[in-house]
Amino acid sequence: MDTSHHNQSWLRKYVFSTDHKTIGLQYMFTALTMLLIGFTFVMVMRWQIAFPDLPIPVLGRWLPARLAPNGVMTGAFYNSLGALHGTIMVFFGIVPLAVGAFGNYIVPLQIGAPDMAFPRLNMLSYWLYFAASIFILSSFFLPGGAAQSGWTSYPPLADFNPGQTAWILAMVIVITSSLLGAINFLTTIINMRAPGMTLWRMPIFVWSEFVASVLLLLAFPPLEAGSVLQLMDRVMHTSFFLPKEVMLFGVLYKGSGGGQPLLWQHLFWFLAHPEVYILVLPPMGIVAEIIANNTRRPPHGYKIIISSMLFIGALSFVVWAHHMFLSGMSPVLANFFLVTTMIISVPSVAILTCLIYSLRGGSIRFNTPMLYALAFLPMFGIGGLTGLPLGLTPTDIYLHDTYYVIGHFHYIVVTGSIIAMFGGLYFWFPKFFGRKMNDTLGKIHFWGSLICMNGVFFPMFITGMAGESRRLWVPTAQVHDLAVQPWNVVGSISAWLLFLFQLPFIYNFFHSLFYGEKTAENPWHATTLDWACPSPPPHGNFAEPVRVYRGPYEYSLPGAKHDWLPQNLESEAAL
Amino acid sequence: MSGYYRWLGLPIEASSYAHSIDYGLLLIHAAMLLIFVLWGIFFAYLLVRYRQRDGVPATRDDERHGWGSLIPDLIVMAFEIALIVFYAIPVWSRIKVDEPMGKVNTIDIVAQQFAWNVHYPGPDGKFGKSDPKLVSFTNPIGLNLKDPAAKDDIVLSDEIHLPVDVPTLFNLSSLDVIHDFAIAAFRVKQDIVPGMMIPVWVTPTKVGTYELFCAQLCGFGHSLMHGRVIVQSQKDYQAWLKSMAPAPSAAAQPANSANSF
Amino acid sequence: MTSEAAVMDVPHVGAGTGVTNAKLGIWLFLASEIMLFSTLFTTYIILRLGSSSWPRGWNVLNVPMGTLNTLVLITSSVTVVMAYAKAVERKRGQFRLFMGLTIALGVAFLIIKGFEWGAHFKAGEFPSSSIFLAAYFTMTGLHALHVIGGLITNSILLVLSEKQWDHPLFVGRVEAAGLYWHFVDIVWIFLFPALYLL
Repeated sequence: MDTSHHNQSWLRKYVFSTDHKTIGLQYMFTALTMLLIGFTFVMVMRWQIAFPDLPIPVLGRWLPARLAPNGVMTGAFYNSLGALHGTIMVFFGIVPLAVGAFGNYIVPLQIGAPDMAFPRLNMLSYWLYFAASIFILSSFFLPGGAAQSGWTSYPPLADFNPGQTAWILAMVIVITSSLLGAINFLTTIINMRAPGMTLWRMPIFVWSEFVASVLLLLAFPPLEAGSVLQLMDRVMHTSFFLPKEVMLFGVLYKGSGGGQPLLWQHLFWFLAHPEVYILVLPPMGIVAEIIANNTRRPPHGYKIIISSMLFIGALSFVVWAHHMFLSGMSPVLANFFLVTTMIISVPSVAILTCLIYSLRGGSIRFNTPMLYALAFLPMFGIGGLTGLPLGLTPTDIYLHDTYYVIGHFHYIVVTGSIIAMFGGLYFWFPKFFGRKMNDTLGKIHFWGSLICMNGVFFPMFITGMAGESRRLWVPTAQVHDLAVQPWNVVGSISAWLLFLFQLPFIYNFFHSLFYGEKTAENPWHATTLDWACPSPPPHGNFAEPVRVYRGPYEYSLPGAKHDWLPQNLESEAAL
Repeated sequence: MSGYYRWLGLPIEASSYAHSIDYGLLLIHAAMLLIFVLWGIFFAYLLVRYRQRDGVPATRDDERHGWGSLIPDLIVMAFEIALIVFYAIPVWSRIKVDEPMGKVNTIDIVAQQFAWNVHYPGPDGKFGKSDPKLVSFTNPIGLNLKDPAAKDDIVLSDEIHLPVDVPTLFNLSSLDVIHDFAIAAFRVKQDIVPGMMIPVWVTPTKVGTYELFCAQLCGFGHSLMHGRVIVQSQKDYQAWLKSMAPAPSAAAQPANSANSF
Repeated sequence: MTSEAAVMDVPHVGAGTGVTNAKLGIWLFLASEIMLFSTLFTTYIILRLGSSSWPRGWNVLNVPMGTLNTLVLITSSVTVVMAYAKAVERKRGQFRLFMGLTIALGVAFLIIKGFEWGAHFKAGEFPSSSIFLAAYFTMTGLHALHVIGGLITNSILLVLSEKQWDHPLFVGRVEAAGLYWHFVDIVWIFLFPALYLL
């Protein structure tokens, strides 16, 4: 451990820190705040969805007339809330929480390293993310308002709509932050494992962060390039995505032409498909850790899980155009992506199967983190299953751009990733802060959130099947949606109730920070290295250099006195 | 105008290939439900059977059974391969790749923010040329009225008339941004990309009035961009065609909603 | 919260791989840069194939200047290797000479590019003028930004050779900067024929 340092200022210690644990916590607080903000946007939108053209209560009086005249939001404002909701949740919420927060804090601990490979680069990554977050939020106050072309930003609409330049610049900054982070993670995992920590002794969570980092490294640059091209279209009036004769509200645009709108879609989805695996793999890793710990046995099929994650990572680069079956690209090309999409579902099923089978023969403890980890399994199952009719070309003809799609991916990221990460927060809270969160409040948060999340997203399958399009400012303007409008009301009420159920969590989190029951170093009796150091770990993490003697999940060894044996202990005697 | 068919809540099947798509939706959802219920029962069983009990320790895996757990995956994979080979590829080809045979009705659709311009070639069967420079309030698709082929063309706004049981080929184009031509009852959906002319065909099989809507975000008026699709008997359709005044300048046309905001 | 102070002194060489963190890091960075420029080249190919009339590079661009720039960058790649060699040999004066030459050649590249662009602007040829020019300005512009990044890095190393010459990581950093500079050169070697000669 590094004992040569002198006392630093409060600013260097807690604000401009290069310690991966402080940076991890900074990511955590910022990402949770961004998630809450993104959630607030959609809660406002859901008023319009449920009660179109009724003035928004309370908020309607405060919003400027440009956004909501007489308290009823304009189509442009609705689209801005939608575009920013998606962008913030994906790029400023889930990835920073899954990779920036959990990854940063836990990965060096779990491989027995004192910090990340490039601590200063790590700090830079965080501050770039923070700056981009402030920037994207402030885009609402720019002339023209925030971006309103969906999180997908398809040109020509995105070439002409207001708010898009700020969106692009914020994306370029956050992409740079992620790229630097990915370099850091990969170098750390490859180069800084403690002696005895072979690749096949790494916890599943570390593997999931490894694959996610490879995806971040290689998949983000094409979107960055595409964003530069869209920026050129807007600022330098090039026509990378504009054909020769395109009109702007009845007036012919004087551009050079020669561009292709579909080019943007290919560049965007080339990133955005691997992106969805970045959203889900680290949370899957978290679920694996919690399940192993609370079944008191090694997960079923460790090697199958890892191989599947690697296979998903590689294959994720060749499925992107299943988002573009109806885009106007060659229908024959669609068959290729149909096949690759079906293939990629196989390793996903394999991982889920292994995690479910891990329960067999276990001694299952139903504590708060485990409730979340268990809920992940059927919920991710629903999300994955509903991907089937979307991935199949003929059925996608009907379901494309309907609420069915929204239901599908929200089951994966909300009842999947976010549920898993809530579990991770309850699980690692003692490690971060040396105290436990309140279990009763945790269980209220769990059941309330789970039920309300299903209340928001399950009706979307119903409205989608009836043909209701997504991104509808006035959902009742289209006659075929009128009959299913009551389901939109159910969804909105569930969303607002869901918010109420987050209040016990927020209270619990902050109250436990200061007054939670203090814990020992390893309150869950876990085997991985993150629990083999003090809670919270000091600068440098481990008191003595770590040596690893066995795999990460040596629970319930026959003949042992304890049902867990940490990776770093030579024998049970030291326990 | 829309009825509810089967337990999935789908709209009426009003085109020749709607049933193929519905068949796929039904089959897949039945399989999804079966998979979910079976796994759900197994999951619940595991949670009860292996809950923590005093004196009963956890047991570790016998490594020999490692690969046996992949049997559910192999079953799912076999099902998916069958779906692709026997259903998805043939049906998709039929709908999106093949062109309709025999006598085909052709209509040009020119989408714009936020209206559907429907362009009929008229009795001469030839579409008049259009030019974006000629676009105006009274001439939303920029039809070149000096072109002799344009003299009998009919241009409607937000309304399509179709003869029943006759394949119609729509040539989709856009004046400004990406739109999507969607008719739920026909199970038709196709993005419209400026700079491209994209064909989509459908054979309506039931007389009635259906809804056309835009299914790709095209701006703040996206949700208001819809129209009517009126399927008539072939006799009524011919009568309607005759009754339509040719060329946009010669008589009053339905108000173009796009230019009135 | 953890106690925090100076930057953590982490082990620099991977026990399993035998490669330094810096070397691994720069290769990973270059992998992402390859993806970035590959995207632009792919865009160029797609736009060109889909275009009804794409001009011949030599009819629009200044081939002699482009050729000169190519020679300038290739030479600078040689000088950066020499700089690294001198750093390994612990010859500070010669390291400074070769690194200085590398920086000067990089600046020369940018100046020549500046003249080229200026001539185009004067003739009314802007990125908005045609899809070819849009591709040309964007690709060479992004490349030029990367050259500037390399110049900054090399200049920092030149300045640091004063105080950090004996730092154990200094030679590794020179190597990493050299690798990046070679990459910038290689991108240009693809850009030049694609834009100017085809």
